[in-house]
Amino acid sequence: MTHSLHGRLDDVTGDAGYADHPKRKGFFTDTSVCIGCKACEVACKEWNQVPDDGFELTGMSYDNTQALGASTWRHVAFVEKPVHPTTADLGLPGMGPPGFGTHESGLPQAAPAGEDQATASGDGALRWLMSSDVCKHCTHAACLDVCPTGSLFRTEFGTVVVQPDICNGCGYCVPACPYGVIDLRKEDGRAFKCTLCYDRLKEGQTPACAQACPTESIQFGDVDELRQRADARLAELHDRGVDVARLYGRDPEDGVGGDGAFFLLLDEPEVYGLPPDPVVTTRDIGSIWKHVGAAAATLVGIGVVSFAGRRR
Amino acid sequence: MVPQADFESYYGQQIIKTPTWKTPDVPLYLFLGGMAGASAVLAEGAALTGNRTLERTTRLVAASGAGLGTVFLVHDLGRPMRFLNMLRVFKVTSPLSVGSFILAPFASLASAAAASQVTGRLPRLGRLAGVGAAVFGPPLVTYTAALLGNTAVPAWHEAHRELPFVFAGSGACAAGGMAMLLIPAAGNPPARQMAIAGAGVELVATELLKRRLGMLAEPYEQGRSGRLMKTATRITATAAVISTIGRRSRAVSAGCGAAYLVASAMTRFGVFEAGLASARDPKYTVVPQRERLAARRAGTAAGEAHDHASHEQTGLDQVTETAAT
Ligand code: SF4
Ligand code: SF4
Repeated sequence: MTHSLHGRLDDVTGDAGYADHPKRKGFFTDTSVCIGCKACEVACKEWNQVPDDGFELTGMSYDNTQALGASTWRHVAFVEKPVHPTTADLGLPGMGPPGFGTHESGLPQAAPAGEDQATASGDGALRWLMSSDVCKHCTHAACLDVCPTGSLFRTEFGTVVVQPDICNGCGYCVPACPYGVIDLRKEDGRAFKCTLCYDRLKEGQTPACAQACPTESIQFGDVDELRQRADARLAELHDRGVDVARLYGRDPEDGVGGDGAFFLLLDEPEVYGLPPDPVVTTRDIGSIWKHVGAAAATLVGIGVVSFAGRRR
Repeated sequence: MVPQADFESYYGQQIIKTPTWKTPDVPLYLFLGGMAGASAVLAEGAALTGNRTLERTTRLVAASGAGLGTVFLVHDLGRPMRFLNMLRVFKVTSPLSVGSFILAPFASLASAAAASQVTGRLPRLGRLAGVGAAVFGPPLVTYTAALLGNTAVPAWHEAHRELPFVFAGSGACAAGGMAMLLIPAAGNPPARQMAIAGAGVELVATELLKRRLGMLAEPYEQGRSGRLMKTATRITATAAVISTIGRRSRAVSAGCGAAYLVASAMTRFGVFEAGLASARDPKYTVVPQRERLAARRAGTAAGEAHDHASHEQTGLDQVTETAAT
């Protein structure tokens, strides 16, 4: 109850009450080297024995998984974005419908310089973005804050885990998560999400997804060290002219106090289905209770007014 | 691929999850809890002023509302048998946890008060239980606004300042309306007055909510949720006017009572649906966050925080003023 609710927090595990604890563990997912193989999705399902999440063909590029959920703890997003070649437009007739390769705002969109995930094949050029999404294991985790049963808890590794033997399926964590990660499993009734392979961590092992990733797009380790690695990688990409590269969830000053699992992205977060500026809802819990209290007092006032002038 | 013109998304998919809370379970719980909590206040007022009929009726409404509401709440759980896990811990960061510690004593006290009222046994203890229920009643009515407000659902979270007042007013309407319906005699002015005052608070708070929310007011004004809200507002306003004028007729009184009840339920369904609509459309998550980012980058964060604080003050004052009149 006394733990901090927002802002920078350097020792999240200590704040949760662990006196003596290992370093905070997390993921750095470098999407610039992701090849969309979905090995992480498969490894996660196998290790954690997560049931199937439906067999659907969505028409969303190679993404038939769609989103994170109770039975999807890693989700590989595939973005196909038309790009406009950086060459000058000579007004010559080209292939494809008019306006193709134009940003939806109507403004021509320049291909990012040094873009290494684009197919530069003229007018119909496509930009390929692939990214393996996962629970962010937030520093200030809304899911954990709102859980009324104490089922969600902070582990000694600074991660956020559901205890299925306590969860009563109230569903409060579901709309509380600013990233749309956790969900109830319909047939089961309880909430599930990534555990950052809590069982493997306890044995000193790497989570299944990171172990399976063939390109080291998913890197596992101590969060402080991963942050340095991410900074170095970002600097390297910027040096090579990939100006669109940016880190997401890396900043300990952001709305959730930084993510335990953060990313290097090549476009705006919302392009990958991520919120551009997530804030933990409990940052406002003081204001919320204040207004609830004032409204309750107003109701008492209404009661008094209703009987005004009436005496026994 | 990206449907809307002024923001980007991943194949138009929503970002946050749609709340899994079921309709009608949860909106009905919001309504019943509101009616029960405000009825306990009405009951205590009736006891203090020696209005026996009103006391008896409102005690029964408080007890049955809380009981039925609890049934809906438990039914909504994915694992209903584990509902007692709600009382395993107490967390102020979880309105559902706080709410469980309001609902549990309220339901017990209201039931005890009603039982004593019906059987005529242990009148002193019954009365004491009634006082207790009246203490837990108002928070029971308004905490549900925190339940909705403390989520990432844009139309709920951003409305966390006004929603408690909407619910307080709506609860008063329901309690007053129910008592008017059950005791349509001309001798029941407190119930009528409670409904009228509640209507005033609800209408003002709803209007303030829509004005302050900007783009996020859309779900409260458009679509199914918008229609529910609009109809609820119209019925409440009409009932308030008619019950103010036609205070002598039994039929008019009963009719207005029923109208207040229906409108109160519609408000809860409307607010609930508005939240779901705002969760389903990525626009409501992305655009306000983009604007927030832009404002921060422009370095206007300090100025905005100041604006917010003063706005909040006026909003509160206005609602409280209406309540007092
Ligand atoms: S991303 Fe969502 S589910 Fe994961 S820790 Fe943060 S709030 Fe919880
Ligand atoms: S669904 Fe389970 S994990 Fe989620 S808030 Fe409720 S009790 Fe906690």
